[in-house]
Amino acid sequence: MKRTPFWRRYARLLRPDVRADVDDELRFHLAAKVDELVAQGVRPDVARREAERQFGEVSAVQAEGERLGHNRERSKQRKDYWGGLLQDLRYALRTLRRDRAFTSITVVILALGIAANTAVFSVVDTVLLRPLPFPDSAQLTRFESGRELNANIREAAGLSGLTYTVGMYEEFQRHNQSFRQVTSYNPFYGNGEFTLTGQGEPQAVLGLMIAGNFFQTLGVQPMLGRLFTKEESLKGGRAATLLSYAFWQRQFAGDPNIVGQAILLNKTPFVVVGVMPPSFDFGSVFSPGLRIDLYVPAYMDVLRNWGNTLAIIGRLKPGVSVAQAQAEADILFPELKAAHKEWWGDYSSTITGLKEYVTGKLRRSLIVLWCAVGVILLIVGVNLSNLLLARAAARSKEFAMRMALGAGRSRLIRQLLTESLVLALGGALLGLALAFAITIYLSHQGSIALPLLSSIRLDGAALAWTILIAVVTAVLFGFAPALRMSTGNLQDALKDAGPGMSAGRRHERMRAALVISEVALACILLVGAGLLLRSFLRVLDVDLGFQPSHAAVIKVDYDDGGKRERRGAILREMLRNIDAIPGIEASGVADMLPLGRNRSWGFQAKGKQYPKDMALGALVRIVTPGYLAAMGMHLLVGRDFNWQDVAGRENAVIINQASARRFFPGEDPVGRLALVDDDTDTRVIGVIADVREHSLEFSAQPEMYLPAAQADPEGAELVIRTKLAPEALASSVMQTLRSLNPSQPAAEFRPLQQIVDHAVSPRRFFVMLVASFALLGLVLASLGIYGVISYSVTRQTQEIGIRMALGATAFQVQRGVIARALRLALAGVTLGTIGSFAAAKWIASLLFGTRPTDPATFAGIVVLLCAVALFAGYLPARRASRIDPMIALRTN
Amino acid sequence: MDKAQLELVRGTLDVLILKALAWGRLHGYAITNLILRQSDEALLVEEGTLYPALWRLENKGLVESEWGLSENNRKAKFYWLTSEGRRHLRQETKTWEAYAAAVGKVLSATRPPLPEEG
Repeated sequence: MKRTPFWRRYARLLRPDVRADVDDELRFHLAAKVDELVAQGVRPDVARREAERQFGEVSAVQAEGERLGHNRERSKQRKDYWGGLLQDLRYALRTLRRDRAFTSITVVILALGIAANTAVFSVVDTVLLRPLPFPDSAQLTRFESGRELNANIREAAGLSGLTYTVGMYEEFQRHNQSFRQVTSYNPFYGNGEFTLTGQGEPQAVLGLMIAGNFFQTLGVQPMLGRLFTKEESLKGGRAATLLSYAFWQRQFAGDPNIVGQAILLNKTPFVVVGVMPPSFDFGSVFSPGLRIDLYVPAYMDVLRNWGNTLAIIGRLKPGVSVAQAQAEADILFPELKAAHKEWWGDYSSTITGLKEYVTGKLRRSLIVLWCAVGVILLIVGVNLSNLLLARAAARSKEFAMRMALGAGRSRLIRQLLTESLVLALGGALLGLALAFAITIYLSHQGSIALPLLSSIRLDGAALAWTILIAVVTAVLFGFAPALRMSTGNLQDALKDAGPGMSAGRRHERMRAALVISEVALACILLVGAGLLLRSFLRVLDVDLGFQPSHAAVIKVDYDDGGKRERRGAILREMLRNIDAIPGIEASGVADMLPLGRNRSWGFQAKGKQYPKDMALGALVRIVTPGYLAAMGMHLLVGRDFNWQDVAGRENAVIINQASARRFFPGEDPVGRLALVDDDTDTRVIGVIADVREHSLEFSAQPEMYLPAAQADPEGAELVIRTKLAPEALASSVMQTLRSLNPSQPAAEFRPLQQIVDHAVSPRRFFVMLVASFALLGLVLASLGIYGVISYSVTRQTQEIGIRMALGATAFQVQRGVIARALRLALAGVTLGTIGSFAAAKWIASLLFGTRPTDPATFAGIVVLLCAVALFAGYLPARRASRIDPMIALRTN
Repeated sequence: MDKAQLELVRGTLDVLILKALAWGRLHGYAITNLILRQSDEALLVEEGTLYPALWRLENKGLVESEWGLSENNRKAKFYWLTSEGRRHLRQETKTWEAYAAAVGKVLSATRPPLPEEG
């Protein structure tokens, strides 16, 4: 074999040609044979024929050759590709390791953006996307009555306006065609308050009263033991209870032998028939923040006489839609009402999917949150682009060199993309760890009133999402710098003594555009966060009608045997003893506190005609004298209750302004007679300022307060007002309560503020998240500004040096640099403000007492961004002003 | 070609090609020639079987190829053994020798085997 001349080496330079290879090879074989025959003395034309004859069928060999050749090419390409990838990867890791500062900053920024996205995704996934944790949960529906009432009145009726009587529930159960099962529970959770005794210190436990088929309808099985039997669900049956998993763990240390034993609830033995699984958390689905300890059967024959006491849950028959069930209910409820003249209302109901009922109200907020983290990811991506560009600029010579050595453009792009992928995956890894910590933290925030929060976790979907956004970010934002880099002019880059040529300027323009968009995005986030924050502050500013600070609440227990006379005496003695404790300024007892549970009773002024469709009812609180003072409520006219307002004396009621406005329009209600509950004559003795009952964000509803010695309360909460820390008083208060009632359960003082905090917790949750995202955006944007300005100062070192040599002062130089930073910021802010107007309009429904165009917020954000830009520009400006002209001119 | 030519025994073509290449880089025509000469003109590898066999060996990674120039300054594809091919050749040679010896023993036997004890 001879040495191949160099030009022959490139016969297949452009791309391999399998067919030509096969042809050439076979042709050579023929030629060689002909040569040989000729050498033996055969005539060339005869030799050629002979050679062809000997070869036989060429085309079959050719076809076979092509097939094999193609196979070979394919496997070779595959090997090259993976080999190249591995090489790229090794190279990327090596260069990134060398540039540690760049790598760590980039990875941390990416990690922050990815962590925010992953964490919010798991929240959104849990609350919005995933079905409820029940089998075939799409079949589950929730009923709400009172559709015939207008929203205002329904609000006024509270929970009582949304619930059903036992009679109604049973009739609907019997007659409907749409549901496989209809079940109910008693949402007046106070009805299930028990004191657990015989297990160490007396404990207050919360039981949920459920219909016999409650768990069967939801499709939840007990982890241990069994569900209630039919007999146990009936009045007079053996008292039975099911424990929640958390309570079983806490109280009985997870002892499986508890099943079958009896525990004492309110001194009555209840047999523990089973333990529910940890996956079932009633509170997290139906009433966020509520901790149910155990379940007891709701005795329908007892509840029958209590009015509206049941919340209804139905499981649709397979194939029946919510709309079909609604259509049936629209016909069925009026029919049932017609058959039962004694019913108070017709219970026309709204049927919603349980999922929609539980999370529907949160959809908007969560989508806003999702968008916010999306914007964060955009900013992070732009930042990544920016950093990669800056780095690429510093590496332009390296790339020029590699190109000169024969690296193809696509190979360079691939190399740069590999680098940004490695960075993004590093960020994703760190981000996952961060997100993991965040989700753990969130799932343990029992005090945030958001449904399903406890079941938030990082799962496969979140993992897939993380990888997706990491890869998309890397490719999307790594591509532009890669493209830019690989198009650089080879010779320029190699010659380029220092940055300062046209390529550098073009480069800078691109980075400036990136920074402007970064600032604009951050501006939108900040304005959104600012508006939400302002709304939150407005909510906190709302006049609650009571003073949450310096007051604490403790659940108390007493045994009055259901007699009003005894109750009055017991409570009076209790409060007298409590008031005697040093440091306590005021105390009082109420059955229900604001912003918590509620119920409503009938109420109207005696002898007054009202419009026919007006709801004659108000929320009712049963209180003792001193409660109003302990809560810090404002008595506007009249007097507070006193211990003479007892059974047998004239019935007294205190109403709020909303009641006064509704039931006594234009009159002074004090001294007038009202008809309360079942038309009992009751004297109005005072009017208090409105109290926020449902939430801080809805206006006050009509309320009445009745003395505990004249009406039957549902539970008891002792409120004390003190300047001392409640914990300091806890032991003496508990001692006093125990001395009066040995079975007083151990309970902790809750600051009244905690109740308010709980009520605003969803809003606080969103504001905190959005605000921290906005802050992150701000930091990233300022980093962007800093990076660009700093780079341009480095690039212009020589120019600045010349200007200073020609007499420019340090101040002039600084001013020039800062002006550039401000120009970038202002361009971004202008764009951002336009975007903010649109975004603000979109979140208008989430705002409270704040207009979407709130000028203070907009102005504040603009000033903030400019200030940050000023600072980001100042650092490089100072560096610029310290350039020594002599050194600047000598270098490069 | 009046000499008695032998049919190639199935499966021996590959090892013959590998052996031919053990002598150095060769193009297809040279491989045929080499086998022909070394077998005293007994084994003629036909083109129709040689080239597919060569390409298959190449796909298996036992040989590699490159374009080069023949003695007559013609463009020709040259083949050579990879280390994998060399290993394969050694192993196949052993197998063949064992096989040939066994066949030889059977065919050159003059007596029927002794009845087995059992």
